[in-house]
Amino acid sequence: MHNMNIAEPPPSLASGPVAVNVNSLGEADVFGAEPKISARGVNFYYGAKRALNGINIDFTPRRVTAIIGPSGCGKSTFIRLLNRMHELVPGSRLEGEILLDGLDILSPACDAAELRKRVGMVFQKPNPFPKSVFENVAYGLEVNGFTERNLIEEKVIDSLKKAALWGEIKDRLRDSALGLSGGQQQRLCIARCLAVSPEVILFDEPCASLDPISTAKIEELILELKRDYTIVIVTHNMQQAARVSDQTAFFLMGDLVETGRTDRIFKAPRDKRTEDYITGRFG
Amino acid sequence: MKRRDIIQKIGFSALFACMAANILFLGGIIFFVAARGLGALSWEFLTQAPRDSMTAGGVAPAIVGTFYLTLGAILFALPLGVACAVYLTEYSPKGWIVNVLRISINNLAGVPSVVFGLFGLTVFVKYAGFGVSILSGSLTLGILALPVIISASQEALTAVPQSIREASLALGATQWGTIRKVVLPASLPGILTGVILSVGRVAGETAPILFTAAAFYLKGYPRSIFSEVMALPYHIYALMTEGTHPEIQTRIAYGSSLLLLGLVLSVSMLAIFIRARQRKTYNA
Repeated sequence: MHNMNIAEPPPSLASGPVAVNVNSLGEADVFGAEPKISARGVNFYYGAKRALNGINIDFTPRRVTAIIGPSGCGKSTFIRLLNRMHELVPGSRLEGEILLDGLDILSPACDAAELRKRVGMVFQKPNPFPKSVFENVAYGLEVNGFTERNLIEEKVIDSLKKAALWGEIKDRLRDSALGLSGGQQQRLCIARCLAVSPEVILFDEPCASLDPISTAKIEELILELKRDYTIVIVTHNMQQAARVSDQTAFFLMGDLVETGRTDRIFKAPRDKRTEDYITGRFG
Repeated sequence: MKRRDIIQKIGFSALFACMAANILFLGGIIFFVAARGLGALSWEFLTQAPRDSMTAGGVAPAIVGTFYLTLGAILFALPLGVACAVYLTEYSPKGWIVNVLRISINNLAGVPSVVFGLFGLTVFVKYAGFGVSILSGSLTLGILALPVIISASQEALTAVPQSIREASLALGATQWGTIRKVVLPASLPGILTGVILSVGRVAGETAPILFTAAAFYLKGYPRSIFSEVMALPYHIYALMTEGTHPEIQTRIAYGSSLLLLGLVLSVSMLAIFIRARQRKTYNA
């Protein structure tokens, strides 16, 4: 599945695991539930340059939403607003409203560090700390006030198991995380994220630097994790979006062109630009 | 052979020649000092105070003095310098003020050491009332070491990838928590390189301690941080410029130089050891 050519026509998607995925949903499911996160009229600027134009979108709990679009369309910019990582960029400005369980995360009353415990993030390139495997996963617990060694150990092991990494590295907990393969490093980053018990996990092109086998493992993991977490994944790989997501949002030049259930977006896109993109006419 | 291969050969040869010249100078210094100084070394030389107008006995008080002065300078300059570098790289808003500060700090490294000595005399010895003492000398040497430590720390902090700062923040760590638990440990090897460089500089300086700490001759060891001390570089200077037995004194001066080299190396080794351990833990 992961060897699929980008230019391959969308009908084939319906016969893959995607179809099973989509059919498992009730018709009204994706939009029927109370949204976990909602963005309302979000504009974003890097200095004078406008990067996002009036984005409105809902993310359903315990579903995977894929954000697709060509490079520079604003998809990574957008996902970084959801845990306020954009604040690290000097001179950036955000307008609009982003609600997590109905509460505005942009209000001064909302603490960024507290928010990031609830909304975890996995980055484009695996970025483990230059520490041991164990310390990497324990880090989030320690900064969040866990001190009891037994409890930390238990949570570390549990997180590594959830991230499907435990079997491979259970004898290497004291080794440097930088000695792991790229795919293992990325799963370690997922374990690190899971350890602080987030409610939402943001994946910013998590497989961009991984080989097909590692990519397949991460995708399996995402399907596994959606039972407990609300997941948003940015990807430039449309097959990946089709494989893992329930809802797809297509961004183009700072606009949210179209969003809807993944099977519908791929089978019957309503916007001409979406159709052009998913059939490989540009991108 | 093609033309570009010849050019490459010439280029590499030129680089090798430069490297060899460096080794030659370095080796030459060590060989020269060792050849002339080894004869002066003995157990007595290491453990006794000078006797008979510094023509006999040892240099033990000067070894101890240099050790205290160097240690004091690093204890003062390391936390201050690292804190300054952390502020400049992690917290300060980027802009022209920070750039001016940065340039000023680098210029500080170029100030002649005797000027630091005069500053130390005015501020620490007289104004603060520390007198001619280990404290005054350590503080003066510490200021001398500051720019080196700040620059090395800034470079080390800047070299820490932004991605691991983001990883830490994304886990709900505060900015300070991120600096303390991720950024500083990762930059420690680079910071220690600054320390190693400073130790060599500080231990060997004469001018800054001339008015602030060093005594020409003392019988015993310093009793507190307010004591005057003998120091190896100043002792060498005194041996070569004063006294009535130039031949014997020259031999002792070379012996002292060899000791100074050894002392700098052993203090640096400590930092090198910590750095190596840190690198081993943090890198694959």
